[in-house]
Amino acid sequence: MAEQISHPPGVTGAPRLTRQDAVPVRHYGRGVLAVLVVAVVALTAYAFAANPKIEWPVVGEYLFHPDIMAGLMRTLLMTALGMIFSVIGAVVVALMRMSPSRIISSTAAAYIFVFRGIPLILLLIFVGNLGLFMERITIGVPFTGLVLYSSPVQEVLTPFAASVIGLSLAGSGYMAEIVRGGLLAIGRGQRDAAKALGLNSLNTTRFIVLPQALRVIVPPMGNELISMLKATAIVSVIGGGDLLTVAQAISGANYRTIEMLLVAAVWYFAVIAVLTAVQYVLERRIAER
Amino acid sequence: MTAEPQTPADRPMVSIENVSKSYGHRQVLFDIDLAVAAGETVCLIGPSGCGKSTLLRCVNNLEDIDRGLVLVDGSLVGYRVHRGRLRELRENAACRQRTQVGMVFQHFNLFPHMTALENIAFAPVRVLGEDRTAARAHAQELLRSVGLADKADAYPSRLSGGQQQRVAIARALAMRPKVMLFDEPTSALDPELVGEVLNVMRDLAAGGMTMIVVTHEMGFAREVASRVVFMDAGRIVEQGPPHEVLGNPRHERSRAFLSAVLP
Ligand SMILES: Nc1ncnc2c1ncn2[C@@H]1O[C@H](COP(=O)(O)OP(=O)(O)OP(=O)(O)O)[C@@H](O)[C@H]1O
Ligand SMILES: [Mg+2]
Repeated sequence: MAEQISHPPGVTGAPRLTRQDAVPVRHYGRGVLAVLVVAVVALTAYAFAANPKIEWPVVGEYLFHPDIMAGLMRTLLMTALGMIFSVIGAVVVALMRMSPSRIISSTAAAYIFVFRGIPLILLLIFVGNLGLFMERITIGVPFTGLVLYSSPVQEVLTPFAASVIGLSLAGSGYMAEIVRGGLLAIGRGQRDAAKALGLNSLNTTRFIVLPQALRVIVPPMGNELISMLKATAIVSVIGGGDLLTVAQAISGANYRTIEMLLVAAVWYFAVIAVLTAVQYVLERRIAER
Repeated sequence: MTAEPQTPADRPMVSIENVSKSYGHRQVLFDIDLAVAAGETVCLIGPSGCGKSTLLRCVNNLEDIDRGLVLVDGSLVGYRVHRGRLRELRENAACRQRTQVGMVFQHFNLFPHMTALENIAFAPVRVLGEDRTAARAHAQELLRSVGLADKADAYPSRLSGGQQQRVAIARALAMRPKVMLFDEPTSALDPELVGEVLNVMRDLAAGGMTMIVVTHEMGFAREVASRVVFMDAGRIVEQGPPHEVLGNPRHERSRAFLSAVLP
């Protein structure tokens, strides 16, 4: 019986057909493409490695230069702070966006529209130059003349602070949509069940919806973190003191432009490699549950 | 029993008075009146879209009603009376009130990130402020009563539909509700798993729980219900003891519906 079934109809007398002897489709195109890709990559790498104008020893020499180390630390700190403020901001804005109050939800929508729409470089220059049109930051009670805090913008808004603020505004705008997507992915049934058990909406969000939404939110957040790290390089336009700012400052003195850029690139790659590994492990953890 | 069937001698456990409700321009409930006595099991039947779920959700204030009143054990649902006027309850008061009414959903709606035991013990600790150890012990006891003593540490994704629904029933019972609402609790189950859930509900009814059950299980309604209520197009068309409503329906609508669903 089984033997007959394994034959195509009409060829019952033919030798027995087995899958192991089947001839797979040959992908000749793929082979040619692979050779081409390898050739292009090898040639490009060679052009850099063998270029007599790039002095690789200089790259090695500056890799652990104290200024470079300080810049790297500032980049990492900026990324961490930017990410923390962005995530907090994103959760707040996403929850506001989903508020039943039309005023609150459209305020959140406007926030997302503005800070996602504006190019980061423009936003950073803008925040970095706030001092041009605002002289003092004053916190007080309106109409009473009571002043709780006041100081010149130039003093408070160091390039570092301006960088973190700019990155956080842009980041929270982007990430709010990710958070909102995660929250929306949790069906109405979960909220109904929580509500029927007497949970108020704050506890429902905190204990029922957010923990489940995290599974949806965390993977894209890993990508956002990597984007944030790379985005910190843009703060060099306001002299944010980050890795790229420092590398460029050094090249301004020693005229080793390409070498200093390579030093910065090596560090960005190193950090991103670590982050990618962490992201991989984290996603595996989440998927297991 | 000298009282008429519609007005039980004691104060009803659930009293739905003149309730109307619309979604936008579409009215889905028309002047519903229904009183459920303590210990009664009322089965709510009717064609799809006739408003059964909506009515059930109004009883524990998951939906706002446009007109009418709902009372559970004598207290107004969602409102309080203040100086002769109704005032909507603040969120926390409304939440406290909801704990008196347990609800079981068609799709179980267990919390997937919690084990069976955590699903059950979570709200008693969080909402009622019960001691954690006591709540877990109570949860374990409830799991045993629904025949799932060995599934305490299982996540919902590891349980069959019937097991999930029994956990969901235990979760609702953990709040020690006065009334239990069931919205088609067996409709999402494979046929061979329906029985285990109905058995739990049968025990619950026998134990004196007040229950309102939306169901298409006519066998269950016939056997367990103290009263069957037939709804159509947002109105109660007919109600009475199961053998009357199911065996000898008086109205055209109920006759048509029953001849379609009864074998
Ligand atoms: N959130 C909502 N918004 C708008 N319309 C709704 C909503 N929920 C229910 N409806 C409508 O109200 C009517 C009654 O719905 P309901 O879910 O109460 O019916 P049902 O009797 O439970 O039906 P089923 O047997 O299919 O569950 C339906 O026509 C439905 O389309
Ligand atoms: Mg329904």
